[in-house]
Amino acid sequence: MTLDLILFFGIAFIAVVSAISMLISRNAIYSALFLVLNFVAIASLYLLLNAAFIAMVQVTVYAGAIMVLFLFVIMLLGAERVETSPSLPWQLPVAILLGLVLVAEFAYVLFGKVAQAGGELTGVGEGFGSPASVGRMLFDQYLIPFEVTSILLLVAMVGAIVLTRDDRKGSR
Amino acid sequence: MSFSEVLQGGSLFAYAPLIIAFPLLGLLINMIFGRRLGERAVGIIASSAVGLSFVIAILQFFALSTHPEGTSVPIADWITIGQLAVPWSLKVDTLSVTMMLMVTGVSALIHVYAIGYMHEDVRFQGDPGRFTRFFVFFNLFVATMMVLVTADNFLMMFVGWEGVGLCSYLLIGFWFEKGEDGIGNAIAGKKAFITNRIGDFGFLIAMFLIFGAVGSLQFADVFHWAHEHGLENVDVITAITLFLLLGATGKSAQIPLFVWLPDAMAGPTPVSALIHAATMVTAGIYMIARNQALYDVAGLSSNLVALIGAATALFAATIAVGQFDIKRVLAYSTISQLGFMLAAVGVGAQVAGMFHLVTHAFFKALLFLSAGSVIQGIEHGHHHLEHVGANPGGGEAFDPNDMRNMGGLRSKMKITFWVYLIGALALSGIFPLAGFWSKDEILADANHESIVIFLLLTVAAFFTAFYMGRQILMVFFGQPRSEAAKHAPENPPVMTVPLILLAVGAILGGVLNLPGMHTLTDWLEHTLHVHVTEFNPVVAGLSTLLALLAIGIAWFVYGRQPMGKGSPDPLRRMLGPIFVGMENKWWVDELYQFLIVRPYIALADVLADVIDWRFWHDWFHDTVLARTFREGTRWLNDAFDLRVIDGIANGLGNLTQAISGRMRFLQTGYVRNYALSFLVGVLLVLSYFIFGSS
Amino acid sequence: MNIATDYILALSGVLFVIGVLGVLVRRNAIVIFMSIELMLNSANLALIAFARAMAPAAEALRGHVLVFFVIAVAAAEVAVGLALIVAIFRTKHSIDVDQVSSLQG
Repeated sequence: MTLDLILFFGIAFIAVVSAISMLISRNAIYSALFLVLNFVAIASLYLLLNAAFIAMVQVTVYAGAIMVLFLFVIMLLGAERVETSPSLPWQLPVAILLGLVLVAEFAYVLFGKVAQAGGELTGVGEGFGSPASVGRMLFDQYLIPFEVTSILLLVAMVGAIVLTRDDRKGSR
Repeated sequence: MSFSEVLQGGSLFAYAPLIIAFPLLGLLINMIFGRRLGERAVGIIASSAVGLSFVIAILQFFALSTHPEGTSVPIADWITIGQLAVPWSLKVDTLSVTMMLMVTGVSALIHVYAIGYMHEDVRFQGDPGRFTRFFVFFNLFVATMMVLVTADNFLMMFVGWEGVGLCSYLLIGFWFEKGEDGIGNAIAGKKAFITNRIGDFGFLIAMFLIFGAVGSLQFADVFHWAHEHGLENVDVITAITLFLLLGATGKSAQIPLFVWLPDAMAGPTPVSALIHAATMVTAGIYMIARNQALYDVAGLSSNLVALIGAATALFAATIAVGQFDIKRVLAYSTISQLGFMLAAVGVGAQVAGMFHLVTHAFFKALLFLSAGSVIQGIEHGHHHLEHVGANPGGGEAFDPNDMRNMGGLRSKMKITFWVYLIGALALSGIFPLAGFWSKDEILADANHESIVIFLLLTVAAFFTAFYMGRQILMVFFGQPRSEAAKHAPENPPVMTVPLILLAVGAILGGVLNLPGMHTLTDWLEHTLHVHVTEFNPVVAGLSTLLALLAIGIAWFVYGRQPMGKGSPDPLRRMLGPIFVGMENKWWVDELYQFLIVRPYIALADVLADVIDWRFWHDWFHDTVLARTFREGTRWLNDAFDLRVIDGIANGLGNLTQAISGRMRFLQTGYVRNYALSFLVGVLLVLSYFIFGSS
Repeated sequence: MNIATDYILALSGVLFVIGVLGVLVRRNAIVIFMSIELMLNSANLALIAFARAMAPAAEALRGHVLVFFVIAVAAAEVAVGLALIVAIFRTKHSIDVDQVSSLQG
């Protein structure tokens, strides 16, 4: 058992536990904080997998910007606890059953030798996953999709403003 | 190729279709551009179209002089149905070319005359716009007459036969809004048309019989068949020829279908001259002459033809004596002369019949046109009086056709008088004018064949001379019996020149077939079976003597002491009731009215009431059909529509409603339920990828 | 380096199932939304793992580029999604998804 493997299992444990905690927390603020933890764990897995640039993006964009937005909205609406009375009695058992089926299918794919996944990971080249290499590919081969992404973000921004605008005071 | 070579080769026959094409072209030009061209151009186009046809006819004559056996000029296949094959082809032989020459020649002259006559007539009748229409109809008539004459088969002949009938109808009713009660002319046209329909019916039946017996409508096939198998099929041929005779009596105005021709005088005078004297009415004679091969076999039919002809000749001649309308006298005279021709072809003297047909065309056209000239002179005089303010008619309607309004025109209209005199003498059969030769040939042939026919015709000839003498004396001699007649002027040369040309024809027509020379006989020998009847001086002398006697009597009655103004006909005093009979046409019209028209109308009324109204409408339609329909629809409505159809529709609706009523609970509105079903779908798709695609 | 790709894929699957369950069982719209983000991350993780598995090849970096785009789209999605939640809260005064069931048949 190497150091990497120990590190991986440790991070994986943190990720799964934080995800389950997010799922079962009554308070939405807790859920959000557990999710931040989960994201950070995944970012460190990215580092383990030689994806330094993506790991940094994960931390700044997801754990930073997006989750802050979540927390901000939760606090703005005061919606920490909304589930007062249970409804949809069959929803929980059926959901768990289907989740188990999904797990079974994943397991079948992984261990049932349906797909011949690679064994141990081998070495990588110099600078694999670095911001420079990813950026070169991004601006060489994916320039147009990249620019389209900027338009997408602009549209999302406009959409968010329009949706949240207070029409009661505005001029219809 | 020189002209003589063309003649040798007989290729002039190829121009035969033009004889129909020229008048058609003329009528199309006039029909389309006529209103813009003006009267003069319209008249010239129409006349030259017919003149060109005459030229073509002369070319055909030359072609035949080297190839007298004639030919058939194919134009197109017309009908080909199974066994029936009717080509559209023109028969050019000596008989048809005789007709071509006569028809186109006389037509050309009458066309020229009509330019002058119609110019006045359309103004007198008050509608100058109809000038063009008249010439369109006239050209159409010539075209259809040519189709009739050149026909190579019965069906094509029937097309021409109907075509000339149509033109006749159109032209009789040319002033359709005039006449008695404003519809007199229209009724006259209708009468001609319907009477002719009866004859056409006979022609049609004959055609069906021919096709049934021979299987072909071509003249050549039919005559060949009659020649080969005639004796076994006498009954059929007798039936055919009798039906053809019915057709001929309609078209040629013979007993019993002659009644339309006098009324046909309602048309303008050139129409009477061309269609109802010279050409169309001779179609029946031509048709019977053409079918000589059939009539030779059927003796009964031939005898009947001769008898009908002779009877008509005498009967119509007696009526002509009692008429006062100048054109009606000539109309009955025409019927009478057509009777002569029919009698001739009936006794087997086709040549004599055709001879008389041609000469009659000359002098009868001449007489009619001269009568038109007289009428127009009287109209001019009448007009002149109106112009100066006198009241000529004494307030009554003035009839320019009535001979009682004439008299003394000899000095006013010199040319007209002389040509009229020539025509009348030719018609009376005075030596050496055309009528003498042709009529005597008929009488000689009749004398040869049957004494009854001969006697009837001889008496008819006597009456002919008498009524012509009476007419001449009433119109041209004595004192004018009306103010209009006093002021009647002569007509312009465009009218008198054709008259003079026709008069020449009436004088010289006899040379066509002089005794001892037999030009026409030799000519027609190539087409018909002919026999030469030698000149019979006794017959000729007798008929001339009778004619002179009749003219003498006429002078005794009308000339010695001219009829005064307003006085009755002196013959009325002498003959009493017989004259009344003549004057009233022996009440034939009334008889037909009583025997046929009234019962027919009564029958039609009864049938309309009983069959159509009560049976069909009241019983069948209202009771049977309507009730069945109503009951049926009620049953369909109650039992079928409400139960079955509505049941299906409502059932489908209820089913859908029930299903969707249950299904709607799937639609919980909870987004998590939807997510659940979405997951189920994902799992299924994933399962398919994992387990299904191996 | 003894981490097998299988292990990372297994972790990705587990996280994904947790995200699915979160969507199905929670009624708080914001938590559901967070579960969706979790599912996106699990997918990203799988992509990075595959990129790492074919590491020496230059094409492997395409996995990283794809993850980059997914993150960008997720950012846009969150912005619009949260705006929607705010808009719904304004009318319903709740972010309980079970309260928003007007489409019930």
